[in-house]
Amino acid sequence: MKIIVGRDLLLANSDQAGVNRELFKQNKVVVINLISSPGSGKTTLMEKTAVMLAERLKIGVVVGDLYTERDAARIEKAGAAAVQINTEGLCHLTAGMVYRALQEMPLAELDVLFIENVGNLVCPAAFDLGEQMKVAVLSVTEGIDKPSKYPSVFREAVAVVISKEDLLPHTDFDLDTCIAELKEINDQLKIFITSARSGRGLDEWCSWLESLAGAE
Amino acid sequence: MHEISLIQALIETVKHSAAENDIARVNNVRIVVGELYGALPDALEFAFQVLTKGTVCEGAVLEIDKKPLVLKCRECESEYRPGEINWKCPACGSGGATAISGKELYVDYFEGD
Repeated sequence: MKIIVGRDLLLANSDQAGVNRELFKQNKVVVINLISSPGSGKTTLMEKTAVMLAERLKIGVVVGDLYTERDAARIEKAGAAAVQINTEGLCHLTAGMVYRALQEMPLAELDVLFIENVGNLVCPAAFDLGEQMKVAVLSVTEGIDKPSKYPSVFREAVAVVISKEDLLPHTDFDLDTCIAELKEINDQLKIFITSARSGRGLDEWCSWLESLAGAE
Repeated sequence: MHEISLIQALIETVKHSAAENDIARVNNVRIVVGELYGALPDALEFAFQVLTKGTVCEGAVLEIDKKPLVLKCRECESEYRPGEINWKCPACGSGGATAISGKELYVDYFEGD
């Protein structure tokens, strides 16, 4: 007997993502899925963003890591609401994990919610979490090849934050070539060149977040 | 990438549907996998063999129907297969294109007794 199924293998995740999306809409919060390699500086960017926008926007961060609650503790200290998800080995966040974390997040009070995904440029790109947009972080110490080697994240992102700009003199990172390659992959990308240490580019990044929150 | 969780979802789906249709033994399962997912046939095959042990799918043949990535330009509507990096339309150079094939990831059908 032949049985026609036609069922999407990621259906469980996309159904849950739809529920999350509805929840975000009801609470009028801008939700950004933040994706990068491990060690690119996502958590530091979150800390600085929370401090700089403290008077203007209410920020929340759902932070995914395989283990430990260290990142959520850092972000909370910087003044944002933070909930940690430990995936216990899984290489990406799923919509279900995010939904459970949202139960502890004061969504109605928030203007912007970041979902700091597990450090990984491959798997997180395939799992919809219900966010409005993806933003990629790329540190200059990773070299310029990351976008070309892992194009899917950069193709789906609306913006890229190039981080650790203060380390440029100590690396072979060619900023112009990197930007040209990013544009080749996705010519709509907004690019922020930042250093959390010197503060460069963070004003522009924060203004962009404010404009997103204002539009919501 | 996450072939194991995909196969896990496949087995759950087929198990459920086999029970509904009084099928005790599944002989073959056909899945459609778009190029964009980058799911490796070898890894899918391996996960299928390992994870089907002791289920209604044990011993079944996994058929993988790979769909190539085809884009349609939003500006000039031409259809094309993009390069690895450069996804711009070869006809008009525009960057906005929608995938019309290559994003599939579903169980098409299975056969059993």
